[in-house]
Amino acid sequence: MSFDATYHDQIYKSVGTRPVRPDGVDKVTGRARYGADFNMPGQLVGRILRSPHAHARIVSIDTARAEALKGVKAVVTAADLPDLSDGDQSHYDLLDNCMARTKAFYDGHAVAAVAAIDAQTARKALKLIEVDYEVLPHVVDVDEAVQPSAPVLHDTIFTGGVEPKPTTPSNVAARAEFGHGDVDAGFEDADFIVERSFKTEQTHQGYIEPHACVASVNPDGTAELWVCTQGHFVYRQKCAELLGMDVSKLRVTSSEIGGGFGGKTHVWMEPVALALSRKAGRPVKLVMSRDEVFRASGPTSATSVDVKIGARQDGRITAASAELRYSCGPYADIWAELGAMTSFACYDLENVNTVGYEVLVNRPKTAAYRAPSAPMAAFAVESAIDELAQKLGIDPVAFRIKNAAREGTRSSYGPVYGPIGIGPTLEAAQTHAHMQAPLGPNQGRGMACGFWFNFGGQTCTDLNVNSDGTVTLAVGTVDVGGARASLSLVAAEELGIPYETVKTVVADTATLGYNDMTDGSRGTFSSSMATISSARNAIEVMRNRAALMWDISIEDVVWEDGQAKAIGSTHDNLAPLSIKEIAEASGKTGGPIAGHSEMVADGAGVSFATHICDVEVDPETGGTKILRYTVIQDAGKAVHPDYVEGQYQGGAAQGIGWALNEEYVYGQDGRLQNPGFLDYRIPVCSDLPMIDTQILEIPNPNHPYGVRGVGETSIVPPLAAIANAVSNAVGVRMTHIPMSPPRILAALDAQPTA
Amino acid sequence: MSGIAVSTTINGDEVEYLCQAEETLLDVLRDRLGLTGAKEGCGTGDCGACSVILDGRLVCSCLVLGAEAQGARVETIEGMAQGDTLHPLQTKFLEHAALQCGVCTPGFLMAAKALLDANPDPTEEEIRFGLAGNLCRCTGYDKIVRAVQDAAREMNGG
Amino acid sequence: MVEVTLWGSLAALVDGQKQIEVDAKDIRELFRKLAERYPALRGPIENDIAVSVDGVIYRDSWSKELPEDAEIFLMRRLVGG
Repeated sequence: MSFDATYHDQIYKSVGTRPVRPDGVDKVTGRARYGADFNMPGQLVGRILRSPHAHARIVSIDTARAEALKGVKAVVTAADLPDLSDGDQSHYDLLDNCMARTKAFYDGHAVAAVAAIDAQTARKALKLIEVDYEVLPHVVDVDEAVQPSAPVLHDTIFTGGVEPKPTTPSNVAARAEFGHGDVDAGFEDADFIVERSFKTEQTHQGYIEPHACVASVNPDGTAELWVCTQGHFVYRQKCAELLGMDVSKLRVTSSEIGGGFGGKTHVWMEPVALALSRKAGRPVKLVMSRDEVFRASGPTSATSVDVKIGARQDGRITAASAELRYSCGPYADIWAELGAMTSFACYDLENVNTVGYEVLVNRPKTAAYRAPSAPMAAFAVESAIDELAQKLGIDPVAFRIKNAAREGTRSSYGPVYGPIGIGPTLEAAQTHAHMQAPLGPNQGRGMACGFWFNFGGQTCTDLNVNSDGTVTLAVGTVDVGGARASLSLVAAEELGIPYETVKTVVADTATLGYNDMTDGSRGTFSSSMATISSARNAIEVMRNRAALMWDISIEDVVWEDGQAKAIGSTHDNLAPLSIKEIAEASGKTGGPIAGHSEMVADGAGVSFATHICDVEVDPETGGTKILRYTVIQDAGKAVHPDYVEGQYQGGAAQGIGWALNEEYVYGQDGRLQNPGFLDYRIPVCSDLPMIDTQILEIPNPNHPYGVRGVGETSIVPPLAAIANAVSNAVGVRMTHIPMSPPRILAALDAQPTA
Repeated sequence: MSGIAVSTTINGDEVEYLCQAEETLLDVLRDRLGLTGAKEGCGTGDCGACSVILDGRLVCSCLVLGAEAQGARVETIEGMAQGDTLHPLQTKFLEHAALQCGVCTPGFLMAAKALLDANPDPTEEEIRFGLAGNLCRCTGYDKIVRAVQDAAREMNGG
Repeated sequence: MVEVTLWGSLAALVDGQKQIEVDAKDIRELFRKLAERYPALRGPIENDIAVSVDGVIYRDSWSKELPEDAEIFLMRRLVGG
């Protein structure tokens, strides 16, 4: 049956309410099982040996002494993970990142692993593995890595996307260009131009739960993997490909996930756990330490961005351009390309050009981090926009409103926008009480906009109507922050039954069709669409069963308020049949009642946000305190407003940490200096104020309820909003994130004294 | 391998176990006693996910040795509800949606309990500093603070 | 006949051209014909390309019909957190 995903305005009974989540009690009583909370009989403890060097050739690895240690059951190196890539570079890169093959590319790169009867033995065994490294020159800084004199990571990589094709290898893996119009002519037209360079340091998603899994490979080649992941179907696919297994033989169960934010979209050590289990013939539990999470999972890019924006005296932007260099770690990816696409997405521009360069450095492989690549580009662009507004003498909100993209605008990344929410978020900011609040000495206010694409993807759900009329909904998108509550609300809404009678669970890979990951803000968008489709399919079945029970034609049965009603003059004496009555009779009317759905949930609507922030900067210490913070964002439709607000607040808090404090600090030796929460300090409760939210609902035309993704956009504006606030507070334009106390003091010291 | 014999009280029950000298209380709780409600987020006392109450004092169980629990009273998240009645903090965390991924929640609940045990009517600032040893990466703390405020109100008789 | 714009790093795979005309009724036919004409696109089409049709981004809906006057962009498949 074809599914109509078109938006229809309606009055909601369940959607938009704020009930307690179905997985809540387990989580407040300690019963919820996360990655490290699961054990199997005969389980071994896995540990990974990691390179202490930023860049080194692996001359040899001798595992004999480790293997001889009592209690050691398996030792694996790259030799135990054969290269099955068959020319597929991304497959090879993933394999190489899981276990270094010829070179260690960063401090923390895995080189060997052991499985032993306990942690103590595993630790001893790691010390007995002898690795002979030939240490090579390294480069960790994104600007240094593009210099011709920089050590080159791969002599097989030549910059893609440039003509003529280069003949010498480079750390610049690719160049990508976007835009339209004639920027040179546009800058000619400008009365004022702002041109600046900006830098942001590398940050980590900082999820509280380290990566953890239990892998069990049986002698018959079947295997099970229990793992914390944002996408167990994708992990199954990747692990099966890397290890040369049949997909059907690997069953992956996603544990409760203790945060991901993009960092649990890639496999890191799960294939190694499977390889250890395969070799040892026993289950293996592998849990990363916090040190390993920082050194060897996937933080976001460090960036260096040049921006130029010109405007006429009347406040209209005439041209905008940006050149963006994003670090990828040792493997080529599309992080700069995403930055180049998103940089000017908030604006209606006649002439715009952006160029992104993917830069390889001796740092861990970059992974997605919430609206990946967008916050750094927005920091540069929104800082320059603010400075331009000041030059023009125009209020920064009014300046943005005048130039905001709207329906019909050609976006800077190509396509023409449908209905979008940038204008409304700006107008809401303009009239927000926060904007009028008084400021004291050393205080400043800043605001900024942000954009994220959102996307959908492959989705599958099963909705079972149980024999008592309650409903079990099985979904395949991992619940990272309350999605089971939202999806129960959607099923209840569509079926016309109480929320409390619907229980949503996340199915494992053996019990439901393939689902893409929970990424791109797709979890609730995609699975709610599939849930609506499943519910509609189940309603068809129930109308049919009611027709059988009444012995009338299905055309004379409608579904309303959770019950079947007979229509037409000949049937109007029939009392409605509730879902419970139909379910109770199902054994005699054709068996169990279920609705299935499989779809590609495309058509996720783009999302915009505007943030306002007040700060106070201590001129003596350079320390910054966030005084007040407001998030205004378009949700399309907020299914469970508590969790929508939660996404807005959480993204803002991560952005605040990034803006003021968080960064990867590397020593001259190329080793990470702060791989722990004490030195890589994420915001704590006493650092933050309450974070106010305002949810706008501009329906997405491509979802039955108008839902857009909401998870990621909230991290895009904070870097710029806070930088603008700090700049306004201290009177110096801040161009380097994080704005840690030493950087603020340095900026103040560099000012000419009045 | 010999172990250290420890007699202690956990959530009101007398418990005996053998542990190695270097084993932390967190390891004992999780790996020997099956009490996996306390989580290891860092192993260095920075994140508070492993918070338990030891003789009335909030501690990171990753910084306490298993052997140190000898003769002590240990309260963990598993003992917070009384039978099938949730503690007001647990109820308010649910009502206020004060958790997203939930992995920090057991630690926050123990820290909030220790705070309210010592200071039944804290200000917002006292709550924020009282919970500053616990990291949450999902919520921005807003709903957590509101949940604790509401629980305190209710425990003080509304 | 639809006009397709290749965007970002994809332009390099079709001899630097930005606009290509293709006779295709849906995304599936578009991809088939592009892969025939530009072998370098074959790999990316399999798992690395998204199509924007009149502003809506499609990643896997290969049956999506392409109206004659539709505005079509090929771009790298997005990744998210």
